[in-house]
Amino acid sequence: MSILLIQEKTIVVPGEELAEGMDFLPGTDVIRDGEKLIATKVGIVTISGRLIKLIPLAGKYLPKRNDIVIGKVVGMGFSGWRVDIDWAFEANLALRDASTEFIEKTADLSQYYDFEDWIVCQITAVAAGGRLIDLTMKGPGLRKLGPGRIIKATPAKVPRIIGKQGSMITLIKEATGTKISVGQNGIVWLSGEDSSQELLALKAIEKIEAESHVSGLTDRIKAFLEGAHS
Amino acid sequence: MIDITKQHILTTLSKGSREDERAFTAYRPITVEYGISPKSAEGSARVTIGKTEVVVGIKLEIASPFPDRPDEGTIIVNAELLPLSNPEFESGPPSVEAIELSRVVDRAIREGKALDFKKLSITPGEKAWIVLIDIYPINDDGNLFDAAALGSIAALKNAKFPKVEDDKISYGHLTNQSLPLEQLPISCTVLKIGDSFLVDPLNSEEGQMDARLTIGCLEDGNICALQKGGNAGLTIQDVEKMVEIAQEKTQELRRHL
Amino acid sequence: MTYTKRFDGRQLDELRPIEARVGVVPRATGSALFKIGKTHAIAAVYGPRELYPQFLQDHQRGVLRCNYNMLAFSGAGERVRPGPSRRSKEISMVMEKALFPVLDMRAFPSTVIDVFVELIQTDAGTRCAAITAASLALADAGIPMKDLISSVAVGRIGNAIVLDVTKEEEDYEEGMADIPIAMSTRTGEITLLQDDGLLTKEELINALGLAKKGCEDIKRVQIQALKNKYKEEP
Repeated sequence: MSILLIQEKTIVVPGEELAEGMDFLPGTDVIRDGEKLIATKVGIVTISGRLIKLIPLAGKYLPKRNDIVIGKVVGMGFSGWRVDIDWAFEANLALRDASTEFIEKTADLSQYYDFEDWIVCQITAVAAGGRLIDLTMKGPGLRKLGPGRIIKATPAKVPRIIGKQGSMITLIKEATGTKISVGQNGIVWLSGEDSSQELLALKAIEKIEAESHVSGLTDRIKAFLEGAHS
Repeated sequence: MIDITKQHILTTLSKGSREDERAFTAYRPITVEYGISPKSAEGSARVTIGKTEVVVGIKLEIASPFPDRPDEGTIIVNAELLPLSNPEFESGPPSVEAIELSRVVDRAIREGKALDFKKLSITPGEKAWIVLIDIYPINDDGNLFDAAALGSIAALKNAKFPKVEDDKISYGHLTNQSLPLEQLPISCTVLKIGDSFLVDPLNSEEGQMDARLTIGCLEDGNICALQKGGNAGLTIQDVEKMVEIAQEKTQELRRHL
Repeated sequence: MTYTKRFDGRQLDELRPIEARVGVVPRATGSALFKIGKTHAIAAVYGPRELYPQFLQDHQRGVLRCNYNMLAFSGAGERVRPGPSRRSKEISMVMEKALFPVLDMRAFPSTVIDVFVELIQTDAGTRCAAITAASLALADAGIPMKDLISSVAVGRIGNAIVLDVTKEEEDYEEGMADIPIAMSTRTGEITLLQDDGLLTKEELINALGLAKKGCEDIKRVQIQALKNKYKEEP
C-alpha cells in the first residue's frame, strides 16, 4: 500500500521523504530510493495523479533547447559571437543565425552586436553535456536591448515573474510604464522613462522572488504597485 | 543588481538619480558589531554597509621593535579578498587589489596616529607590541575600502591587551586594558563618473567609474591619507570637491562607532 | 580515569548550542552560517561554473572543490598565517569526500562547484562545522542531493564517550581520542570518519552510535534553517 508522506504545496528540503510505495512516480527533482520517494532540492511539492515533483526554490540556470534567454556579448570571432548567458560555459551565436540579413564573412561584426551588448536570444541546441550552446537571433521578439538595468532573478522563479500568459509581468509593465524583458535564465532587463518607476518595477520583481511560495501573490503585487502610486 | 548598461548609468546620473535612488552623497545603512570572535581574537568587529559585509580581527604579538624606532610598537595590516565574497576573487596569494586595500587602511591608521605607538612599547630596544589587523570581506557589494577602514577602527576599539606570563602571551586571557587608541581616522571613498561625484559606490558604479579618491580624515577634519584610483585624471577642483564631501561624510561615519 | 563532569558542565551526550542560517552571502549561489558553541563557520557555494585548468574537468559530472580556511584571528592562540596549510588542505579534501556521496552532479558535466568555508572563530569541531555549513550552502544553491550531510566530533575522554568535543577536551592532558564523523542521517551512511587517539573497538562503536544521535539533532536545525528562508509571513 503506497502512502503519501507529505501534503501538496509543502516546502521540502533535500533528503525529505515524500512518499512510500511503488504506486507513486518521481518527477523533476524527486528520486526513488528503494520504496521511498525523496526530494533532492529545496522546493514546493506538487502532485499530479501519481507523479510527485518539486518546483525548486533555488538553483542556477541549466540551459535547455528553445529557451529564450538574455545574455551579454563577451567575445567576437570570425564565425560569430560568444555570449554569456549566466551558465558555466559561453554560448555561440553564429553569423548565419545572427540576423535575417546576410552577413558577409568580412563584415565588421561589432556593427551588429558589440562587446557588452545585451541581447534577447533563443537557444537552438545544447550539446556535449552543456559545453556547447547554440543561439539564434532570428525569431519574434529576439533583439538587441537598449540602455537599461539588468537584474538577476532565480531561474526557478521566472514562471512566477511572468505569470499565467504573461499576466504578472504585464501588470508590472503597465503599472510602472517600464519596458521589461525576462529571460528563462533569470536575467531581467528593465527600461523606463522614469527612474523611480523603473525602480518600483524592480522592487515588484524582487518581491515576487521573495514571496513566490506564498499564495495570493498576484493580489499582493497589485496592492504593492497601487500603494506606491498613492 | 548585476550590471547596468553604461549608457543607463550615465543617463540616470545626469537626471540626478542613482540606481538605488540614493542621493549622491548618501551611504547605505551601516551597522557596526563589536566582538564577533571574542574567544580567538584580541579584538574584532563586523561592519555592514548595505549588503557589503567585512569582518576585521586583531591579534597581538610581542617582538623586537625596529632599530630606528626602539621605543615604539607598530601595526601590520593584512587584507585578503576572500573568493567567498565575490565570484571574481581568486584563491591564491594576495592580488594587487588586496595589497592596495591593506596599505590604504594602514596609511590612514598610521598617519592618522590612531594608536600611540610609544604606548605599545614594553621594554625600549627589546620588546614591543605588534598589532596585527586582518581584514576579510564576507560579501562584496561595493565600497570595500570604507567598510574595511571603519571595521579596522571598530576592531581596534574592541581590542584588549592579552595577559602576559613569564614573557609569554597567555592567549585567550584578556586584561581590561584597551589599546592606546587616541584618534579615530575614518575613510570616505568618492567616485567620479562623468561630472557626478558619488560616495559609497555599488559594484556596478565601481565598474563604470572614471576615477576615485579615498580620503582618510580625522575628527578635526584634517586629512591623514589619500589614495587615487581609476584610469581618468582629476582636476584640482575635483579633488577639492571630493575632499569636502569626505570631510562631511566621515563625521557621520564616525558616529557609528 | 572517569570523566563524568565535562569542563563546560554539559552532559556526556549533549551538544553545545547550535545555530544555522542560510543566504548569508548574497553574492553567492548559495551560502550558510553554522555555529556550534564557539566554533563559527561561513560557507559559500559558487557554481556550476567553468573549471580551469581544463585537465581537471570531468566530462561525466561536475567536480566538487572545497576550500577550508581559517581567518588569521580565528585560532586558539597565535595568529594563523594566511594561506593554505597542510592541515587546511587535508580538511578541504575530507570535506569533499564527506559531501560527494549524496550529491548528483551529472546534470552539469565539465563544470566545478566551488565551496568556500571560512572559520571566523574556533573551539574544536571545525571540520565538522565546515561540512555542516557546506552541506547547507549546497542545498541553498539548489545543487541536487539525496540528503543533507550533518557532522559532529565525538571523543573518548578517560572512559567516557562524549558528544561534541571542545578544545579544552581535545587538550585533556591524559590523552583522549578525537573522532570527527559526518553522515547522511536518512540512511545512516557515514561519509567522514577520522580518529586521533586510542580506542577500543567497543568504544568506537559506542562513539558512532552517539554521533548518529548528535547528527540527527544537527540535521533538524539544518532543515529548519533552509525552511526559515521561506516563512509563510512575507
